[in-house]
Amino acid sequence: MWPIFHKLGSPPWLYAIAGSILRWLLPITLLALVTGAVWGLLFTQPERIQGNSYRIIYIHVPAAVVALAGYYVMALAGAVSLIWRMKMADVAMKAAAPVGAAFTFIALFTGAIWGKPTWGTWWVWDARITSMLILFFLYLGVVALYEAFDNKEAASKACAVLSLVGMVNIPIIYKSVDWWYALHQGATIKFTGESSIDSSMMYPLLLMIGAFYALFTCCLLLNMRVEILQRESRTQWVKKLATKAGRP
Amino acid sequence: MYFDSLQAALEMQGHGMFVWPAYSVTIAVIALLVITPLLRRRKVLRQLEAQARRAQGAPAGRAGGER
Amino acid sequence: MTAPAAGQFCLRLLRRQLLLAVRRPVEIGNPLLFFAMVVALFPLGLGPAPGTLAGFASGVLWITALLSNLLTSDAVFRSDFEDGSLEQLLLAPQPLFLSVLAYIGAHWLTTGLLLALVSPVFALMLNLSTAALGALVASLLIGTALLSLIGGIGASLTVGLKRGGMLISLLILPLYMPVLIFGSAAVQAAVSGLPAGPYLAILGAMLCLAIALAPLAMAAGLRISIDA
Repeated sequence: MWPIFHKLGSPPWLYAIAGSILRWLLPITLLALVTGAVWGLLFTQPERIQGNSYRIIYIHVPAAVVALAGYYVMALAGAVSLIWRMKMADVAMKAAAPVGAAFTFIALFTGAIWGKPTWGTWWVWDARITSMLILFFLYLGVVALYEAFDNKEAASKACAVLSLVGMVNIPIIYKSVDWWYALHQGATIKFTGESSIDSSMMYPLLLMIGAFYALFTCCLLLNMRVEILQRESRTQWVKKLATKAGRP
Repeated sequence: MYFDSLQAALEMQGHGMFVWPAYSVTIAVIALLVITPLLRRRKVLRQLEAQARRAQGAPAGRAGGER
Repeated sequence: MTAPAAGQFCLRLLRRQLLLAVRRPVEIGNPLLFFAMVVALFPLGLGPAPGTLAGFASGVLWITALLSNLLTSDAVFRSDFEDGSLEQLLLAPQPLFLSVLAYIGAHWLTTGLLLALVSPVFALMLNLSTAALGALVASLLIGTALLSLIGGIGASLTVGLKRGGMLISLLILPLYMPVLIFGSAAVQAAVSGLPAGPYLAILGAMLCLAIALAPLAMAAGLRISIDA
């Protein structure tokens, strides 16, 4: 276990391994995304109550699931970088923030579009939507804090603290928003039961959830590679890489 | 395939105007997520390469001028 | 000469902060004035009908208290950061955990406590039912302490930045939201004749959690800001 831990702390090793993972993971992910989307869009039956609009589920739910998981990835990476002073964890945390924000945005946007035919309105202050919105703010806060520092090392430490504070708060926010919604519920919106989802609709959904997890991993690795290059730009191995890449 | 024709798939019984924009925005965001780091990586590498060439090209004269 | 014990040191720090605040009474008055002005904005925006105002009063008062707390929390560590005494504090043998609590305590005593005490006046101006006044004061007393602690985290992270003002709001407003929910729910419950106790109990529980954890984050944040 320890050798791997040490290797993870080595930028050239991580850069190379991320590259070789991406070489096969990225095509597979894109293939899975296309397959899942086509399957969900064209080859499944429409839902009994919502009709065809339910097909948005194949991007909405995976994006929401991964957006939440992404915050934990970011916060855990932050914790590792604070506790063990591992610089590469810091890189992972910095890379995760914009990706997570983008996934949260996808979840919110597709949710709003889905709301129009289902509930008759673009936006509802429902518990889950509201906590997703707050999650979006938390992600943007981390991005904004990172950009505000000139000293990038301090920036990532500060972001690590902030994302840990956010992680402690996420369950509290989630529970309190849930409670708040129960207090104010207007009884105008009825959610259709989710457990009744048919297995023929379930398989493409599971595929899409897997694909979105893989996509998050890919984006994380892609961003980490750029970040590593930027941080290590003074070192010999990066210079060698640059001269090799620049040659036609 | 569930739909009979391309037309039917695009319309989705009136829900196409919601489903297709949702998917296209998602595709756009994903494309942005994947392409931006690739472009940035190329840019960083090019900059470093140019820097190295400049440093190599005129070592004595430039070094004196910069410092 | 021996260093004072941690508790004694903490009290001295609290006294120092309070003394500094008392020497500038205008700075203490500013958040209250802000509170009064923002409260006055709502009737202008929503219309003066007493019924409408009473319906919104709990939320208006809580949001206003939250905003005035937010605006003051940026300054908690700022002047001590600029004159270097914060750096001395980091070097002191006493645990930073308690020292930052003294800063936050002083901040709460000079903003949150006073806001809670004057809030009934504004509540009456907004036609909040008198039955809810007790719940309002109690929820603000607990809630603003919580807000001060959370705001302190944001302040510690941004104290080293020149343009921290807007940023701190972006960082801590999402974390303020649970406090707002339970604070205004307590008042709302009292308005409709239900017991406010459960909400106050939850606010109290969150306060306990924040007292235990927020100083850790603040101490880490201050160390980062000083190093940067």
